[in-house]
Amino acid sequence: MIPVLGLIGGILIGLFLQPDVPLWLQPYLPIAVIAALDAVFGAVRAVLDGIFNDKVFVVSFLANVVVAAFIVYLGDQLGVGAQLSTGVVVVLGVRIFSNVASIRRHLFRA
Amino acid sequence: MTDQPAPDPQRPQQQEAQPAGPSRTPSAWRTMFRMARPRATRANAFAALLAIVLGFALATQVQQTQQQGLEQLREDELVRILDDVTQDAARLGNDARALEVTRDRLAGGADSSAEALKAAQERVDTLGILAGTAPAEGEGIVLTIADPGGKVTSTLLLDALQELRDAGAEAVQIGDVRVVVSTYFTDTPDGIEVSGQRVRSPYVIRAIGGSATMASAMDIPGGVNESVRRLGAVSTVDQRDKVSITALHTLEEPQYARPVPAATGSGS
Repeated sequence: MIPVLGLIGGILIGLFLQPDVPLWLQPYLPIAVIAALDAVFGAVRAVLDGIFNDKVFVVSFLANVVVAAFIVYLGDQLGVGAQLSTGVVVVLGVRIFSNVASIRRHLFRA
Repeated sequence: MTDQPAPDPQRPQQQEAQPAGPSRTPSAWRTMFRMARPRATRANAFAALLAIVLGFALATQVQQTQQQGLEQLREDELVRILDDVTQDAARLGNDARALEVTRDRLAGGADSSAEALKAAQERVDTLGILAGTAPAEGEGIVLTIADPGGKVTSTLLLDALQELRDAGAEAVQIGDVRVVVSTYFTDTPDGIEVSGQRVRSPYVIRAIGGSATMASAMDIPGGVNESVRRLGAVSTVDQRDKVSITALHTLEEPQYARPVPAATGSGS
């Protein structure tokens, strides 16, 4: 409950403050957000599987974000930033879909 | 992914209506609710903090994407946009040049038609003077024949007119009658009629043309002045720098004569 409230509160803060994304962060923020979403859905699935661990969630969240940003950074340095970003988004999207499917099976038995 | 797409969240009732083990469904929900309870652990607070950060980043990124400008596009995208803009500029430049050519042509056409209009207007003026439908003024003479005895005949006036024409008169007015091609003179018991209109002594003949030439033409032996004197009348010639001829001839539609269209290059 508290994380859900935190998520809503964060969205509201972003909507009210309307901050500008710093230039150095602009390529990484979208990928980092998607990686964090992947971590969140993975956490919900872990809850339903009964293997949720707060520490694991926090670590996986941070690791996801950092690794995603690092992959994009590496891709930019190698000159394949756009393609690698697409690849990361695809992989994370697949993972999110898989997690959502698992959550759905748990909650709706379907 | 061989999974079927996620079910519509609007229809959870339909999903639950399917035969399934009812014992495990509440347990899954119960697990969720149990985990949703606030727990005052450090990890839980940290997770909440991360959730706040995630929501903040999400909203920020969404707004950033909505107001996205050129500055955060990648190099290849910028190159593509630049190519598009360059191609558009080249295409629009071609269009602009074509339109300029058209505009110049139209403007030239307007100029030439204005020239044609001016030439046509000059032609109309000239023809109007010749046909007697337009007033005229210019250098010329005023020939006045005072005939108290009534001896002057239409023949004399016709001779005078012919002399003036020979001397280069371009527009002539006798009394209030404009002299044109169809002008005629008749003697009546009451006097002289010019084109059916009575003229009385003194007869005033206004002629535009070379004034010196016409004045001397009146004076030649056997000419107008001498004939007038022989009849006991008095003629005076007044050379003027500006003679106004204001009488107009009314054109009548020819009953039989029809204009022949100007021959064109077809050779027909």
